[in-house]
Amino acid sequence: MTTTETRPRPHAQTLVARTPPLLRRAAGIGELWTFLILAALVVFFTIAAPGKFFTAYDLTQIAVNAAIYLVLGVGMTYVVITAGIDLSIGSVLVLAAVAAGEWNIHHGGAAAGWGTVAICVAIALAVGAAWGALQGAVVATEKVPPLIVTLGGLGAALGIAELATGGQDPAEAAANNLQNTLGFGKLLGIPWLVILAAGVTLVFGLVLGLTRFGTHTFAIGSNPAASRRAGIRVGAHLVKVYALMGLLAGLGAVMWLASYGTTSIAGHSTDNLKVITAVVLGGTSLFGGRGSVLGTVIGVFIPAVLNTGLIVIGVQQYWQDVAVGVVLVAAVYIDQMRRRTRERS
Amino acid sequence: MAEPLLEARGVVKRFGHVQALQGADFAAYAGEVVALIGDNGAGKSTLVGVLSGVLAPDGGEILLDGAPVRFGGPQDARRAGVETVYQDLSLAQDLDAPANLYLGRELLRKGVLGRLGVLDRPAMRRDAVRAFAELGVTLKDPTAPVAALSGGQRQSVAVARAVAFANRVVFLDEPTAALGVVQRARVLETVRRVADRGIGVVLISHNMPEVLSVADRVEVLRLGRRVASLRAADTSIEELVGAMTGSLDRADGSAAAPEPSLQASGRQPELEPEQQPEPDEVPEQQPSDEEVR
Repeated sequence: MTTTETRPRPHAQTLVARTPPLLRRAAGIGELWTFLILAALVVFFTIAAPGKFFTAYDLTQIAVNAAIYLVLGVGMTYVVITAGIDLSIGSVLVLAAVAAGEWNIHHGGAAAGWGTVAICVAIALAVGAAWGALQGAVVATEKVPPLIVTLGGLGAALGIAELATGGQDPAEAAANNLQNTLGFGKLLGIPWLVILAAGVTLVFGLVLGLTRFGTHTFAIGSNPAASRRAGIRVGAHLVKVYALMGLLAGLGAVMWLASYGTTSIAGHSTDNLKVITAVVLGGTSLFGGRGSVLGTVIGVFIPAVLNTGLIVIGVQQYWQDVAVGVVLVAAVYIDQMRRRTRERS
Repeated sequence: MAEPLLEARGVVKRFGHVQALQGADFAAYAGEVVALIGDNGAGKSTLVGVLSGVLAPDGGEILLDGAPVRFGGPQDARRAGVETVYQDLSLAQDLDAPANLYLGRELLRKGVLGRLGVLDRPAMRRDAVRAFAELGVTLKDPTAPVAALSGGQRQSVAVARAVAFANRVVFLDEPTAALGVVQRARVLETVRRVADRGIGVVLISHNMPEVLSVADRVEVLRLGRRVASLRAADTSIEELVGAMTGSLDRADGSAAAPEPSLQASGRQPELEPEQQPEPDEVPEQQPSDEEVR
């Protein structure tokens, strides 16, 4: 009764498989059209303000401004791919900065040594990751949607930061050692902040695209029930993803302290919107399952380029908010349409 | 026949006050297609859930190759070579077919990269193309997300995944419900071919002609119990429907002795007590909901 019929006819298949359907795939990539928008913006500003926009100074400025959002955006890409969202990142950044800042104040202040700087960095990262993991654990229970969990986290983290500081940004929160190196330092003309952000982006972009961790992130966003049946520990994975987001918010706090030397308790209330906008502009689906770190890079640079470009050509920069808002809604609309056509097929 | 590959004996499963399974028996043999049929609420999905490790039984026992087992979850069952093709296919739509095939058991690169969790995509793709070819399925582009495939191809991906790893039993829950005529024939052909490899195939279906055409044996579930185990060749749609609805019992229950085809399966069909409490329509979805939590 056991007649194993294994007549592989793989040749035709593998041939078909090997032909890269380049055109189709290029058209299907969510990043492509956002990249075209970014390129168009750069071309436009370069022509509109010849010799002004496309200077090394402006590029560096754009990159430095974008560096922290990029780091946050990488974490947010993971979260959004799991069909989640994290509204708390700005507050977590502040909380991590305050925790690190308080340590710094009591261990040398602005003149603190390298030992203190290292401990401050560790504190910021640990506080961020722990807060993220906590939120992830609540999300993993599937009793409270991520939107609410992190909305609660937004309020709570900021509140704790304000309690710790009395609501005032403490003086001497960052050591000169930190500011003069990571904050203002450059390597071959490239600011350390930019190098750090690029490194983080590269590493987590590769992790998302090439590893089992990345695949499980996509799978959970795509079909959590199927992932569970396939033996993926969905809850544990969500905790890790939110912890990663928190960790990167902690890193953002370090970068902020290095760059501005203060905790800016009141200055991060719209970080979440900016970062989520960048992630969505980059083609990552708010409904989960699809997205890429590369797209987020592009998505971060669109508002940054707009901002600098509008200043350079002398238009009120507030138009940037209007433009980004419109593009954001359009991006989600297109994503939704694509999903619908797909489900109809 | 030899010992069953997978057997349920007197399995009991309750959901609150509803007793979905009240001492159900079931057996799947190597190289055999056995159809599991029953009316809505008969307990088919619950029984499959118990046998595939998704649900923990409240009583009775499950035997694998004659030895009692306890599945702590679907992974346990999968590790034992028992795979399930769910009615909703259970695919990650945004991932490509190879990634779905290896979902939860990805192949990693060798050496340091593998230690870092880097996937061996080429190997996964190669194996996937081979697995699909064995089912007579050609994927135009193995790197396309499953969402871009046709319904039949998606079905094939789900079946290929189960078949590629099952070495004992495959459960197919309504595998043809959403398919067209041609695809339906394809899947049934596949079912036959899988059984011919020596795997026990359990087909859950509502479609009687389909059941009779592809199954070797039919087990009928009614009100949470097995009421009949029939050879497909010796039975008819009327008989199956009769067993499913219980009208058969009433019609000739005490009169003529059950035909040889109604071979006793531990529990005689006419023993089905009429006054049994009717669990009004156990919602079939309940178990799968349970599992999602």
